[in-house]
Order: sequence, then structure tokens, then C-alpha cells
Amino acid sequence: MTKDVYNFAYLDEDTKRMIRRAILKAVAIPGYQVPFASREMPMPYGWGTGGVQVTAACLVPEDRLKVIDQGADDTTNAVSIRRFFQRTSGVATTERTTEATVIQTRHRIPEEPLSEEQILVFQVPIPEPLRFLEPRETETRRMHELEDYGLMHVKLYEDIARHGTIATSYAYPVKVEGRYVMDPSPIPKFDNPKLSGNPALLLFGAGREQRIYAVPPYSDVVSLDFEDHPFVASKTDHACAICGATGSYLDEVITDDLGGRVFVCSDTDYCRGRTEQEIGAVEAAE
Amino acid sequence: MYVAVKGGERAIENAHAWLAEARRGDPAVPELSVDQIREQLTLAVNRVMAEGSLFDPDLAALAIKQARGDLIEAIFLIRAYRTTLPRFGASLPVDTTRMEIARRVSATFKDLPGGQVLGPTFDYTHRLLDFALAAEGEAPPAAPQAEAQPDAVPHVMGLLDKDGLIEPAPMGTGDPADLTRAPLELPADRALRLQALTRGDEGFLLSLAYSTQRGYGRTHAFVGELRIGRVAVEFDLAELGFAVEIGAIEVTECETVNQFKGSASEPAQFTRGYGLVFGQSERKALAVSLVDRSLRWKDLGEDFVGAPAQDEEFVLAHADNVQATGFLEHIKLPHYVDFQAELELIRRLRSEAMQGRAAE
Repeated sequence: MTKDVYNFAYLDEDTKRMIRRAILKAVAIPGYQVPFASREMPMPYGWGTGGVQVTAACLVPEDRLKVIDQGADDTTNAVSIRRFFQRTSGVATTERTTEATVIQTRHRIPEEPLSEEQILVFQVPIPEPLRFLEPRETETRRMHELEDYGLMHVKLYEDIARHGTIATSYAYPVKVEGRYVMDPSPIPKFDNPKLSGNPALLLFGAGREQRIYAVPPYSDVVSLDFEDHPFVASKTDHACAICGATGSYLDEVITDDLGGRVFVCSDTDYCRGRTEQEIGAVEAAE
Repeated sequence: MYVAVKGGERAIENAHAWLAEARRGDPAVPELSVDQIREQLTLAVNRVMAEGSLFDPDLAALAIKQARGDLIEAIFLIRAYRTTLPRFGASLPVDTTRMEIARRVSATFKDLPGGQVLGPTFDYTHRLLDFALAAEGEAPPAAPQAEAQPDAVPHVMGLLDKDGLIEPAPMGTGDPADLTRAPLELPADRALRLQALTRGDEGFLLSLAYSTQRGYGRTHAFVGELRIGRVAVEFDLAELGFAVEIGAIEVTECETVNQFKGSASEPAQFTRGYGLVFGQSERKALAVSLVDRSLRWKDLGEDFVGAPAQDEEFVLAHADNVQATGFLEHIKLPHYVDFQAELELIRRLRSEAMQGRAAE
């Protein structure tokens, strides 16, 4: 695969135009799932083909791309996707959240606040928030049309009846701009509050399911809950073992077979930034 | 202190290097050529062309070599290549009556115009391992040849149609949609359904078709006709104002005659199932035609009995093996973040439950 054989960012311009039209429609109707003619990509479905297509349609040669998986730049799939765009588009890449113009992500929203100059592209496995309540697409589309979300509230209520709390910890459903119920992709519910009022454009691509949707900048995004059981963005109650952060989402790392474990930031760039700052502060003090 | 796993980049490089080595196998054994695969593993090549939706035996053979013989992986390679090709338009429908027939059998009539032609089939072989093949042998002696028959061979369905015994073939509605260029929207029309089935997974369709034979939506299929051979592909050139032949492809076409329907006002008639697949792909063409017939229950005024093979959305959403294998296998990718969220939740639920129990 070389740049000579394939177009800039792999997809041909007609395909990109088709995807851009879907993106524009998605931005115009926040939270609505726009069907698009998803292409086969050279990585498998489930590896982020929807996100890759959205990123390919957004990229311009001046962009600086960051790719993360589980919050980290160094996970194998993030490396693979970053390399794919390096090879097919030649755009600059970065691991710094603040320096990136386009960020493709799987399962996380970076800890660092985003800006109006940035696009965050989510990889989505199942775009339909109602899918596990109703398997039929024809039926769920009708439910969205009629704003018929009773089934979802019943599900959340049944959770409370059974567990005393809403037992959804990731891919926690949200309502966008008071209209469409949307699956925020499998981000931990800890990240849900970052969806609302975010200055960046949030785009969601589901390749296998052929859907694109969007949360435009500064949109109102509400995690579904009940007055007496309000939504809580929870995380494990520890500090990062590397940078000491207490407000960032943590990965649990098993250190031995005797129950030893440590918790570290899932957002590697955030963790590194904090560590470097601390070292700088210590050096300045010396 | 333990630092979270690093080194994804080097791990990928090493894995790819090992994969390349494993693909080649023992270098003391001569390497397979793409020509050998194309000529000697033809049915695998056919399957990759059919499910990859690209008629190119050389590329399919290359994909099989690169995929180490994993046909779904090979199909995936072909799809990923195909999707980058420009689409110029739709050819004229191929005229299978004018097929250069290699095999043609009917299970409904002992003899018929054009005759029964067995062709290169496993059907009547005894499945005994041929140990002579294990030794490198000479090419087999040439098969006896008959005179070529230049005449068009009429379809069995046409013969039934003349007598009004079978439902008229439903006419298509203009240019068929292209599944690879437009998202699948349900309900789909029959042309689009057939397109999806043709590139669907052979194993999945085989089992679905089999399930209809075992009572999950019975359709009582007879193979009216199965024909395999080369057909001309013609393309209408706007500049010329007429169609020109741009090549020939091998296809398998299957037409089934199915249980009839009738009412007080309409006399009974047989109904149709249809399958058309690239290359010699008999099992697939048969399966497609059974599933096609089963999915037509609504058009034919039949009851939905809840059989999987009657359920258009179920069948079309799960027939594509590239989609299916991708989503199935993606659970190998890291899910640390979501799992961490689940861990946190389950620990909290348990600790709340324990506290509650302690308080009692």
C-alpha cells in the first residue's frame, strides 16, 4: 500500500463526499443516526472502520492526528490506525491532546479539555442505544421517530429495582439537545459529562452498522436518570500510581498473583503531561 | 514499579514478521504459486470471488495465498481492494439462456431440451481418499469430448411458464440498488436481497436453507434447473448507442420450483426461488435459491411462522461474513476501560450489599 496507488487518506474523493454529506446531516440533527454507505476498509469490522472512514473524510493535509485506544496512544490498535493514516495521508501525528486537530478514539474522551479547533472521532460498535431492548432496526427507527423511549426508562427502572442503582457502567445512554437518545459509544460513564457543552465537534462512526451521528459543539447532552436516582459519573476510588491524579479515569494493573495491583491513568498523554510538569516544578524549585 | 504495558509498535512489527514466516511454512518445501492456486484450488477461488464480490481469479488466488488459506480472510482482502475501485455502471442483465454450458441438471424432468449435462461434479464420486494424488503424478488423461452445442438452451422455468404452471417471474424495478454503494435499508426489494445473499457467507446460507428443509418455514423446493458455465457480459456504451461485450464470466444459476399456492379465485401455481453466484458454486447457488424463496413469504401471501429463514432483517443483517467475523473477533481487542467500569460497579454493588447485610 503506497500513496501512489491510493488516494489521500485511502478513500476516493466521491466516497469522502458521500461521508461528508452524512456528517453534515448528522451535525444538523444532533444525536440522529444517519445511514451511510460504509466501505470495506483494510482493517476488520470491529477495529474501528466507522471511525477510520469519518477521520478519512475529515482529514486535510494540514491536520495533526492523534489516535487513542483505551485512552492510550501506545495500544496496538491505536498504533495500527495511526500508521494507516501516516501511510495513506502523510499527515503529521501527535500524542499530545492539545496539539491535535483530529483525534480518533476508542472507548475514551481525553482528560484534557478540548477546543473549538478540534474534532473528536469515536469508533462505535453498536450505534443503536435501543438495540439490546429491541433487536429490530425497523422497530428502533420507528421508536426514534416517535420519540418513544419508554422502553429505555423501563430498563433503567428495572435496574434500580434489581440492583438498587442503574447497572450500566459504560455506553451509558444520553439524550442530545432534548430530542434523540444516543449511544455515546462504549466510553465509561465517567466520561459522559464531557459530552455536554464540549467546544469540539464530536463525530461518531459505526462502519459495520453503516451509521454516522454527531454531537455539535456546545450541545446539551444529558445522561438518562431519575430525580431520585441521579446520574453519577463514577470511577474507581484511587489515585494514579504514576502521576498521583485523583480526578482521571484509571486502569487497573495486576502486578502479581498475590492480589497486588496498582491503578494508573488510562489517558497516557494526560499522565505524562502531569509527570513532566511535576519534574519541571521540582527542578525549578531546586 | 510496574508500568502499564508499552511497546505496541514493536509488538506489531514482530507479529507481522512471524506471520510472514508462518505463511511461508518450511522454506525447504517449494512455494505455492498464484497460478497453482488459481488452477488447482478453483473452488476456493470461486468462493472468494463470489463472497468478495469481485470476478478476478488471479486476485482471488493471491488473496488465498496471502491469507494462508483462510477463505474469509481472503474474501476480506478482496473486499478491501474492491471497495477502492471506481464503479462505471451496471452491465446489461446476463443472458443465461445463451450460457456456454459446462454443467446443467434438472431434478424435475428426466430429459428436456438441451439435455442433462453432468459436467465436472463430485456428485457421483465415491469419497475415498485417492492416495495416488499424494504422489506427484502426471496430468490425468484428457476427458472425452463431445461436439460443442452452439444453440441456446431454454430454461426449465420457461417451459413451466408457457403452461401457466408457475408464477410469472416478478419484474425488477429499474436499476437494482448497489449494496456496496448505498446503505442497506429495510425492507429490501428482492433484487437487493439476492445481491446480499450472493455475497453472503456460504456456511450461514447453507444452514438457513437446510433449516427450511427441516420444517423451519417449509418451502418444498425442487431443483428445476442448475446450470454452470460462461456467460457474456455486455455493457451499454452511451457514446456508441449500443451494448458491447466486455468479457465473459463463469456463473452458477439455480432455479427452484416450490410449493404452489392458490385460492378460490386463483388456480394453483408453483412458485420460484432463485440464486446466481460467481464461478462453480453449486452449494451456494442452491442455498441462495431456497433462502430467497423462504424470504418471499409476504409477496406470496404466506404466514410468517417465526422461522429464521423467513426473517429478512435477521438473514440480511447476519449473512455477511466479513462483518460477522470482524465484530466477533474484535472482542480480542483491549476493553480495559469498559471492564474497569464494570469492575468498579460490581465491587460497589457487592460492598453495598455486604454493608446492608451487616446492618441487618
